[in-house]
Amino acid sequence: MYIPMNEMLKHFKQDVPTMANITHKSEQWSPYHDNSGTVLAVGIPGAVIVAGDTRLSNGYNIMSRDATKLSQLTDKCVLATAGQYADFIALRKFLQQRLQLYEFQNEVQASTETVAHLLSRELYSRRFFPYYTFNLLAGLDENNHGFVYGYDAIGSYDKMTYGVQGSGQELVVAVLDNQLKGYNKINKTIPQTREEILDIILDCFSCAAERDIHTGDNVEILIITSAGTERLIKPLRKD
Amino acid sequence: MQYFDNYLQSKGGYDYTNAKRNELMKAQGFKEMPFTKTGTTIVGVLFDGGVVMAADTRATAGSIVADKNCEKLHTLAPNIWAAGAGTAADLHHQCAHFNAKLKLQRLNLNRQSRVNEVITKLTSKLFPYRGQIGVALIIGGVDCNGPQLASVSPHGNYVYHPFQSMGSGSLAALGILEAKFQDGLTKQQAIDLAIEAIEAGIFHDMGSGSNVDVVAITKEGVDYRRNIRQYNAKSHQKQIPYPFPINNTPALRKYEFNFEKQELTEVGQEMEIVE
Repeated sequence: MYIPMNEMLKHFKQDVPTMANITHKSEQWSPYHDNSGTVLAVGIPGAVIVAGDTRLSNGYNIMSRDATKLSQLTDKCVLATAGQYADFIALRKFLQQRLQLYEFQNEVQASTETVAHLLSRELYSRRFFPYYTFNLLAGLDENNHGFVYGYDAIGSYDKMTYGVQGSGQELVVAVLDNQLKGYNKINKTIPQTREEILDIILDCFSCAAERDIHTGDNVEILIITSAGTERLIKPLRKD
Repeated sequence: MQYFDNYLQSKGGYDYTNAKRNELMKAQGFKEMPFTKTGTTIVGVLFDGGVVMAADTRATAGSIVADKNCEKLHTLAPNIWAAGAGTAADLHHQCAHFNAKLKLQRLNLNRQSRVNEVITKLTSKLFPYRGQIGVALIIGGVDCNGPQLASVSPHGNYVYHPFQSMGSGSLAALGILEAKFQDGLTKQQAIDLAIEAIEAGIFHDMGSGSNVDVVAITKEGVDYRRNIRQYNAKSHQKQIPYPFPINNTPALRKYEFNFEKQELTEVGQEMEIVE
């Protein structure tokens, strides 16, 4: 096959990454760090169960095996956050202080719905330099029924019966859709008891820890009822 | 074919035809697929009379574990093994390629393969590709010059040293090796040290995990222990098994294929997905 010379020369002139034109883009400093981890919450009549793993990561390193992602804001509601830990701490501080002020001024603790709205407004107040937090606000409503409010980073929220956030979200949410809502089932047998749901939650975390490198160490579970708060810690894979 | 040979020769053996295509694809909006890297912690330790190499068994694709129990110790020759970190596909294919190349050479020359031959061949291949072939290897073996241990970086650099570690967990492992390595270890001491170093990588580096594989090579032969240590069993066994009764999953359409008549027919009525 004969190729004319100018055709051949066209190939020589193409851009190859020689030393002259490899420019290494230096990584720009970012104010955000993903400390990862997974949180989930499930609401049932009479209780709400919130769980989060306790691993704090930075890239491939583990910063802490014992860092809580859950924060109890009032007797009835708990904030669970995945994302940047520093922003979680800042957000938690703001909410705790603001809710304390609410209690002083109104002589009663804020309802879960009120806290949900407050959180949304606070997140949106930082619309142009967001809190790198993916929140779940889980709590009992006025009828003592457990609900979960799920948020994005800038404050859009929705009332749900269960929610998952964090690095293990994609691994877990489809299981919960199937088990707790009966998606893709003809006869939906939805678990009602606390034990069954705890079993599912623990299984979800152990599966997330198998396949997500950022989830592991321990899972911390808070169970909120009108009688009070119960706390459980179960081990997960440590590698 | 003559044109093709001339073309390649005049280009100087640097083949970047896909680089331009990749740029174009990125510009069109194709997201770069995360190729399976092995994350990894691998170590090699030289002892009196041989060499030990150990590796973890986790393969990651981004932040997801792609394989919980993959094999990172590859045979290059009966007396030379390689532990590999980097891109899983590159490692697998390059090691298979050099295994075959060395075997051919052994058949032609009727001589045992040597570690420095492997290093030369590897680095000669890797350097022209400017690090695009993502293999970081620890090569260890026993040949006519005694036991040797070297590491090869993806750009084609090699280093001979009595202990090595590579991969994302190399720093965790190196801490253990620097603290505990001594000259003149016995085989069992070297194995224990290598396992400890991999353990550090498994627990403190998230790119490494699951189990430990070990291979010990001496003049007498090779001792390969797959999964010599298994630490991380699945943490929770579900008490009540998930209920998945038969015929509980809605089907949009059902087809029946009759093998005797070789025809496909639609069966039943469309079912709605109920949510």
